[in-house]
Amino acid sequence: MNKVVNDFSIIVGTKNGSGSSTANNTILRAIFKMGIPVSGKNLFPSNIQGLPTWYSIRASKDGYLGRRDKQDIVIAINPDSFTRDLASVSPGGAFFYADDIRLPITRADIAIYPMPIKELVKKDPNVPTDYRDLVGNMVYVGVLAHMIGIDIEKIQAALTFHFKGKQKPIDMNFHAVQAGMEWAKTNLEKKDPFYLEPMNKTEGMIMADGNTAAAIGSVFGGAQFVAWYPITPASSLAEAINDYMPMLRKREDGKHTYAVVQAEDELAAIGMTVGAGWSGLRSMTSTSGPGLSLMTEFAGLAYYAEVPIVIWDVQRIGPSTGLPTRTSQADLSFTIGMGHGDSDSIVLLPGDVFECFAFGWQAFDIAERMQAPVFVLSDLDMGMNQWMSKPFEYPKTPMDRGKILWEKDLEEIKGNWGRYLDKDSDGIPYRTLPGNKHPMSAYFTRGTGHDEYAKYTEDSSTFIRNMERLKKKYETAKKYLPKPVLHSTKGAKVGIIAYGSTESAILEARDQLARDHGMKIDILRVRAFPFTAEVDEFVREHEQTYVVEMNRDGQLHQLLSLANPEAATRLISVAYGDGLPASAKWIREGILEKSAKAKPAKKIAVKKSTARKSSVKKSKKKGAK
Amino acid sequence: MSALPMAGVPANVNTVGLTKNDYRGAPTTLCAGCGHNSISNQIIAAMYEMSVLPENVIKFSGIGCSSKSPTYFMNRSFGFNSLHGRMPSIATGAHFGDHSLKGIGVSGDGDTASIGMGQFKHVMRRNLNMVYIIENNGVYGLTKGQFSATAERGLELKKQGTNPYMPVDICMEALISNATFIARSFAGNAKQVKELIKAAFAHNGIAVLDIISPCVTFNNQDNAHYSYAWGKDHEEPLHDITYIAPRNEIVLEREMAEGEVREVAMHDGSVIILKNLEKGYDPTNRFEALRALEEAQRNNWLTTGLIYVSTEKPALAETYNLVDTPLNRLTDADLRPAPEMIDKVNALMF
Repeated sequence: MNKVVNDFSIIVGTKNGSGSSTANNTILRAIFKMGIPVSGKNLFPSNIQGLPTWYSIRASKDGYLGRRDKQDIVIAINPDSFTRDLASVSPGGAFFYADDIRLPITRADIAIYPMPIKELVKKDPNVPTDYRDLVGNMVYVGVLAHMIGIDIEKIQAALTFHFKGKQKPIDMNFHAVQAGMEWAKTNLEKKDPFYLEPMNKTEGMIMADGNTAAAIGSVFGGAQFVAWYPITPASSLAEAINDYMPMLRKREDGKHTYAVVQAEDELAAIGMTVGAGWSGLRSMTSTSGPGLSLMTEFAGLAYYAEVPIVIWDVQRIGPSTGLPTRTSQADLSFTIGMGHGDSDSIVLLPGDVFECFAFGWQAFDIAERMQAPVFVLSDLDMGMNQWMSKPFEYPKTPMDRGKILWEKDLEEIKGNWGRYLDKDSDGIPYRTLPGNKHPMSAYFTRGTGHDEYAKYTEDSSTFIRNMERLKKKYETAKKYLPKPVLHSTKGAKVGIIAYGSTESAILEARDQLARDHGMKIDILRVRAFPFTAEVDEFVREHEQTYVVEMNRDGQLHQLLSLANPEAATRLISVAYGDGLPASAKWIREGILEKSAKAKPAKKIAVKKSTARKSSVKKSKKKGAK
Repeated sequence: MSALPMAGVPANVNTVGLTKNDYRGAPTTLCAGCGHNSISNQIIAAMYEMSVLPENVIKFSGIGCSSKSPTYFMNRSFGFNSLHGRMPSIATGAHFGDHSLKGIGVSGDGDTASIGMGQFKHVMRRNLNMVYIIENNGVYGLTKGQFSATAERGLELKKQGTNPYMPVDICMEALISNATFIARSFAGNAKQVKELIKAAFAHNGIAVLDIISPCVTFNNQDNAHYSYAWGKDHEEPLHDITYIAPRNEIVLEREMAEGEVREVAMHDGSVIILKNLEKGYDPTNRFEALRALEEAQRNNWLTTGLIYVSTEKPALAETYNLVDTPLNRLTDADLRPAPEMIDKVNALMF
């Protein structure tokens, strides 16, 4: 048997709310500390306790952090998902299971390892009865550690980190790990090919989730006001702001330079955010699709009233019940048109945890510079899962507060200013803030009906003038937006355009397509909407461009086609959204399938009509039977 | 303390050196005879008499006839005419920009008791430092005469037929949502409206003023609750109310010597004096307040005056322990953590 080293997946099937996350994080962190690139994804149901849940860990010597479709090692702790878990193991894989589950083992093509979890925990006098299930999870950590070679010292480091140095829980859990290891040493014989060996590929890197990164980035961006309403998968973003604000913005007098308000709903959350942005605060909210739709009216008002706010949308699947805890990239079209009447949205598209941090502070600069709402689209996979990342970088530029006039500024211009006057010919007017004591500072804010001096009017030509200025402002925005990221391959005539969390899986798919099919592919990851010139150039320079995204309808593909109508026939949609994080497999297969179809474009159109005829014939025959 | 006007200041100028004109807004575009205009005028008078600097006030409103009115008073104050039913949230956020400013929010019965009921109730429990005026006429004016949620059951309107539902009592809703100042008045009673506005302005927290303000165009039949005729006939004042600014305290107290009086001290040292008419009404007693509202409902009374006040609860900004400097004047140095903190944060990640 050939050894498989540092390149496999581990899937743990447990019950939601059974406390297995400590165990799974311990495995993840220990592998990371061994210097092996690793990622961890929680595939969980919408449930507090009891339903099956899976944690997927991937070790990848090549640094691929996307989800791996193959299930190499499966650990089954949950009787309810046992049969399904057993069936899911890839041929040649390994199956660890809690031996109190007495269900038939029907596979001969994999290594099978029973684990006496309950028995071992019962034996330990230091584990109180009600902690047995929790600590029991650590037994499989120990068994697995022995079988695949997880460094015991790194496990201890992971536990010390997790329990913040508190010795009692560290010891209790560590003993269970040791018990599992000892038992495996004397009772199990290695029959699978999977091994971990130390590397040095994680040195200087950190592990974090995107929501935490976004929260800390926002704090470094000087966030002053956060209003939010709980919704999966965005809640942990606002909660992380609550966690980090006290430490990062601590003052000697103990007073606060910020306020975080849990609102009564998303309508109020964004209403408060708009109010605070209007009065001059770095103001933000965070939500997910259903909450975003409730925020629409205010987002439209903020566009017309020109109020800077930041809205984080951690995307998930659709409304109501069903798959709300599954990832998605299906809010893009909605966000672009969010509002009513003519409306343009500025959208930032972070691709990883590092960018969640960076866009956390940059979004405020862009919003205040542009006096407009800025949407930041993350997703559940990026926001809630653990990713290896470069360490966060301190902002390189000072805060850009945009065009604001205070008392002394108004004194200099003798109070002669207009809230919506395009003085600098860039579409961006000047604003004053409540609390300004200059008698000429105040203005009255409304939606659409105002002239350059904020006076009420319904005059058509004034309205048109204002609309044209807003369009000009949107053009100006392009120069403040992050440029796309290009991964180029020499001699590539085919391209991929994508955004967000799919990048890692796309890079893996590109390497597989090059290795197995000789395809040379350039990748452009867009990071903002409106698209900048680089995106149009990329589309023009490639014979075919596959637009890869996690949704059904190919929203990014539609937007790119609209932006480049003359090149639309060269844009091919590879869209797929099943709620699971992107994997190289569906991207690779999607591209192969589409590329086979795409080549004889004209001929297909002719064949289509004949095909339709023949299918009619067939159905007639069926009917005759 | 002197009660005399400051030496050398013309009589038509208040103590911050402004004339009444400095408190005016744009000419009204509401119907002639609309109760809302009378309320705007009382706001102007109250602010002028209290010598409030217009720059220290922010005006807010939602959507509707009432919500248009902030345009018609205090041009020198910032204002935000926001979305239907969403004035409380805009005001809440804006308040954090500079918490030394006082909000005056104007809403209507549709804006508050229908589409905005949720935000209305929640701004009560947050105790935002704002005067929340509801210009209540039981009807939708801007959309031409539909029933509002405060319209009484059985009311007949031209195109709508008969109202089949029970009305919402805004003061009762405010009370059970833990509002800290609740008053009701009638637009036709200008003096009471003005005194209540003054008292509400002096209150540190949310101050609800439910002002019955008849719609002359769509709901002014003599038998309708929100008509001038009905209001005048059924008004049942709890007490006479006089607001006394801190600087005038001593002098006016002497003038108020007669009769049964109850003083309510506000945070800024000012006092409201209630002269009881029929009942020994205690507006600091929440249980009494609820009883008075229930009684009014049963008897078809329009009970006016200060229904409830509590000065014990902290206003919203105090709950958040903010720095004294308005948040919107803080700079990079206050807001961005020091460079060395980035290493500390990275060390906290795994």
